Amino acid sequence: MNIFQVLFQTSIGKKAVMAVTGLIMVGFIIGHLVGNLQLFAPPEKINAYAHFLEGLGPGLWAIRAFLLLTLVLHVWMAIKLTLENKAARPQDYVSQQTLRATYASRTMRLSGFIVLAFLIYHLLHFTVRVEGFGTYPHTTLIDGTPVRDVHTMMVVGFQNIWISLFYIISVGLLSWHLNHGLVSMFQTVGFRSRTWSSFLTKASVLFSILYFLANAAIPGSVLAGVVKIQNPEVAGYVCPAKCAVCEAKNAKT
Amino acid sequence: MNVTIRVWRQKNTEAEGHFEDYEAKDLNPNMSFLEMLDVVNENLTLDGKDPIAFAHDCREGICGTCSCMINGKPHGPESGVATCQTYMRSFNDGDVIVVEPFRAKAFPIIKDLVCDRASFDKIMQSGGFISIRTGSAPDANAIPVGKEVADLAMDAAACIGCGACVAACKNSSAMLFVSAKAGQLNLLPQGQPEKDARVLNMVATMDEAGFGNCTNQYECSAACPKAISEEFIAKLNRDYLTASVKSVFKPKPTTMV
Repeated sequence: MNIFQVLFQTSIGKKAVMAVTGLIMVGFIIGHLVGNLQLFAPPEKINAYAHFLEGLGPGLWAIRAFLLLTLVLHVWMAIKLTLENKAARPQDYVSQQTLRATYASRTMRLSGFIVLAFLIYHLLHFTVRVEGFGTYPHTTLIDGTPVRDVHTMMVVGFQNIWISLFYIISVGLLSWHLNHGLVSMFQTVGFRSRTWSSFLTKASVLFSILYFLANAAIPGSVLAGVVKIQNPEVAGYVCPAKCAVCEAKNAKT
Repeated sequence: MNVTIRVWRQKNTEAEGHFEDYEAKDLNPNMSFLEMLDVVNENLTLDGKDPIAFAHDCREGICGTCSCMINGKPHGPESGVATCQTYMRSFNDGDVIVVEPFRAKAFPIIKDLVCDRASFDKIMQSGGFISIRTGSAPDANAIPVGKEVADLAMDAAACIGCGACVAACKNSSAMLFVSAKAGQLNLLPQGQPEKDARVLNMVATMDEAGFGNCTNQYECSAACPKAISEEFIAKLNRDYLTASVKSVFKPKPTTMV
């Protein structure tokens, strides 16, 4: 058997693909979260970061293509494995108890598909920037470089309670998905044993909770008014009590 | 005690099955579940009806022949025992007990509660053995085996091949069975020469038989009458992936034309 036959045609191979693609995506979402948490810094920070990412050019497209491939493989294998699992029991039991399977493990398909739907919306909103999905203003960095005002784009987006709610529910489901997914990865590639399975389970629950809280803090703090629009040219901007811009304008007139 | 059993009746593999209720009266609570079925069958036979077909052999928990999904759990409500060692005292007087056969594409139903588990035999034939030179018995302890390794191999060897893991799994996966059988031999020095071929062949046969894929929920381990740990599945995954990578890169012997 060549390596492709092992990975895409055998039961354990397909699961290894699930585990490895899952791990890559976990790596991505950690990086993505850290990037997003820059929202709590002055707008300059996240705008410069976004400008840097866009400046990667072909590099950025290579990363995007790689992540898309990972996602496609993960979903494709999930569908394939699920269909095989359904076919393995043509007639179901009239009564069957659940003995120890966790609730998260039994709702992987549901949580996965809702997160996928959210991901598509999320990309249209913030990456493709479809007109009408949000506000896409521009600003300049301190050195005068014209950049997209990602800070304002995010704040305006999350000031919409429905967008924020959808976001919070989706990251909640993603954390739920990871709760089973993380431990599962270790089992699938053979790195889980009774010596540390209990630690592994606790660590992945802890990771899932922290991941959820950190993500939910972003729309949460926008809704709570902690993070405000800081671009004077965008509707909804409220002058702070001590505003250097206004003072300068007032001094001129 | 008296109970009502709601039993799956199915004439043969092709026939449609259905449930039928039978009263089991004046039972001794210390009867095994199979003895209760014997009593019901005795009465059915006296009434000139077809007795319930169920699989059984040793009735002491080591042959792996008895099966049955009892109230939605393979081998009944207790843990770590097979149906033959499930006693009526585990139920309450007046209970309605639902009894179904193990269900899986790879375990076709032969009749009533009996299913054909020959796919397990096929898996064993494809790698669940070691090839040795027969002859006089080798010296005892000629091959040293560490105590911990021996204990772990013994845990895996406790598998009686009953199929409860497949029956309990939402995906009808046979991973616990295969991992126990392959793991037992792969842990021991005698199993090393054929280790890679063993896992590759056994998993291939398992996939071919139409079992589902493991989703790491460990229902198998919870239903196993020998309480075999799911960590053997992790070991099988590890051994299989290692063997696959090795088989891709390993040099093949020259073939003379």
